[in-house]
Amino acid sequence: MIAELGHYALVLALGLALIQAIAPIIGAQRRDATLMAVAGPTALAQFVFVALAFAALTACYVVSDFSVVNVFENSHSAMPLIYKFTSVWGNHEGSMLLWVLILSIFGALVAGFGGNLPATLRANVLAVQSWIAAAFYLFILMTSNPFSRFAQPPFEGRDLNPILQDIGLAVHPPLLYLGYVGFSISFSFAIAALLEGRIDAAWARWVRPWTLAAWICLTVGIAMGSYWAYYELGWGGFWFWDPVENASLMPWIAGTALLHSAVVMEKRNALKVWTILLAILTFSLSLIGTFLVRSGVLTSVHTFATDPTRGVFILAILVMFIGGGLALYAWRAPLLKQGGLFAPISREGALVFNNLFLTAACATVFVGTMYPLAYSALTGGVISIGPPFFNLVLGILIVPFLIVQPVGPLMAWKRGDLYGVAQRLVWALALAIVGIAAVFVATGVKGVLAPFGIGLAIFVIAGALTDLIERIGVLRVPFATAWARACGLPRSAWGTALAHAGLGVALLGIVCESNWSSERILAMKPSDQASIGGYDLTFDGVVTRQGPNYRELTARFTVREGGNVIGVMEPSKRSFASRNTSTTEAALLTIGFSQLYASLGDPDDGVIAVRLYHKPLVLLIWLGPVIMMLGGLLSLSDRRLRVGAPKPAKPVLQPAE
Amino acid sequence: MTRKQRRLTLIGSGLGVLALAAALVLFALRDSIVFFNSPSDVLERKILAGTRIRLGGLVKPGSLQRGEELRVRFEVTDGKSAIPVAYQGILPDLFREGQGVIAEGALDVGGVFKADSVLAKHDERYMPKEVADALKKTGHWKDDAGAKK
Repeated sequence: MIAELGHYALVLALGLALIQAIAPIIGAQRRDATLMAVAGPTALAQFVFVALAFAALTACYVVSDFSVVNVFENSHSAMPLIYKFTSVWGNHEGSMLLWVLILSIFGALVAGFGGNLPATLRANVLAVQSWIAAAFYLFILMTSNPFSRFAQPPFEGRDLNPILQDIGLAVHPPLLYLGYVGFSISFSFAIAALLEGRIDAAWARWVRPWTLAAWICLTVGIAMGSYWAYYELGWGGFWFWDPVENASLMPWIAGTALLHSAVVMEKRNALKVWTILLAILTFSLSLIGTFLVRSGVLTSVHTFATDPTRGVFILAILVMFIGGGLALYAWRAPLLKQGGLFAPISREGALVFNNLFLTAACATVFVGTMYPLAYSALTGGVISIGPPFFNLVLGILIVPFLIVQPVGPLMAWKRGDLYGVAQRLVWALALAIVGIAAVFVATGVKGVLAPFGIGLAIFVIAGALTDLIERIGVLRVPFATAWARACGLPRSAWGTALAHAGLGVALLGIVCESNWSSERILAMKPSDQASIGGYDLTFDGVVTRQGPNYRELTARFTVREGGNVIGVMEPSKRSFASRNTSTTEAALLTIGFSQLYASLGDPDDGVIAVRLYHKPLVLLIWLGPVIMMLGGLLSLSDRRLRVGAPKPAKPVLQPAE
Repeated sequence: MTRKQRRLTLIGSGLGVLALAAALVLFALRDSIVFFNSPSDVLERKILAGTRIRLGGLVKPGSLQRGEELRVRFEVTDGKSAIPVAYQGILPDLFREGQGVIAEGALDVGGVFKADSVLAKHDERYMPKEVADALKKTGHWKDDAGAKK
């Protein structure tokens, strides 16, 4: 009964979406207030019905109703309750339901907070939002219904894929989807602006917080997924350039570019046409990401099932929205008035530079990801493009990007003073050189990449903080004054500095991890010792335990540093009878920002295969994105930018149209 | 600078960055494309020793041998031909005899495939798509073997 209610609610949401997709847009054309007003209530009602459908599916999981096919295939009565919740989206159908749930939340938010938007813009935005929603409701109902039932229900479920039974996975997809789907708002605003044929700074003031919110979620979502892969897959790597990872990275890069070009548009009324294009491209990349992950064209842990009709359906959605969006862009963009001149050496110039490199980086990731697909479609051969490609290409493209990054925020709008900025950055450069020298001294001259990478990371961090330090007057004024100034600084200034510094911190972690990690793979007997990275590990033996829906074999290691015990590591292998599979649970021992990492191979009469890593400063890789997130949140909470409060406190001086 | 000059600077730098990116992509693509081959492909195409490829198929039942220091040897088969594979390290959780596997590495002069990474399928109803396609081609595809739900 509950499943049927959920199904019915989803059909009702589709009906509402169709109304919302058509009525407001006609209303906006005819300036008919009644028709335009349809959008608000339908958006809210859509949210209510989708939430109902999602709650219904969750309820089926919680009570382990195995008569529902989806629950049978992805759940098990013995599974801990938390994983019953998370397996709602640990499968294709449920995750698509989560996708539309988030879409409807965003629609409802625009409807709820959009009271101060121009009426026609609001109507058009909500209508476009509803086109997307309708397409995905149809997709779910026609090809991936999570509510279908068995005629003869089985007694027990097949369990969730064991490597997905993890808390990191509970948070990763919702955050990622918040990011992906959040960009739909920028898309809808862009399409609405093209439909109206006009766009102004108020538009950017609206789009920027939404983009920022989506970007924050995507940043954390990607970092989370990377950390999950690091400890759950047992290979100790944090990024594999897997097409599925790239699928989330591309919208992130494009979204970052959009975030920066929207600043130029808001502050200087320039780069309008480009910003619109980026908004369309960013969401297009989110859709392509969904297509890559969900259609089964790729081999990965995310591809839950391969059903060709789904791929074709998503491809159709893709063609419709990307093709339609770009066609509309080609047709209407010339109508948008250009504004705001600037010299190449200016903050606008720096942001254009940022955009150029980000889009180039995004394009190269796109080529690397899609080339194997295109190749196999054209020739039938199967190829793969691995990390060397991406490391080389992005490694080179990111260097100029990072060098310019600290310069941008120090530059004045319209016409900047490069020499002045360089003077202000001298101390950051000095710190970087000290860092490079220190690395050379510590490790000897082995290669230039690692010291240079460290230097660049220090330059980025110090450069990002330069503006803050100068404005607060650290060390120049008494502490109380500095504190008062720090509190008085606009939060967006803090946000910029933190987000930029966060990138530097992540870079520091990446350079350390990839240059100075040590790895040992060995076969150990009880009481054997192994040392790695200056730590000694003693293998104490193995024990077997029974978990809720698995048995696990746990090996115990005592870790000593200079004879003193500093911790115990217990990596394990879990075998899940329900799926006849096993997973490796790595053990992590955190020492400062560094980690020891142990994962197990196959046991063979008393001897166990062990993989040990020492990863110096590895946690910085994920601390960086967390700092970026904090920066984003601070920026979002800035009074001028708050979601739903797009009007500035003072009237802006803008020529009347 | 006039408006026109500014625009030209902008367009020029844009094209410059694009050209740089394109050049990098072309340069990097040359060396990092890895072709997927089934054991029969390896023999038919006479792949040279030292060329990096991905080898995919089923782990031949009874072929797995474990040696000292985590050295393993096994054979990858597509039902028609089989290639011996040597690997040192920890095999993935889902590595089993009779099941799908992809190994990346290169053939040595003796015709043994030296793998530096081994990937297994993700769960019991799923098989790497490349392996499934290769098996379908050689007619050794069993529908109950997985892949399809």
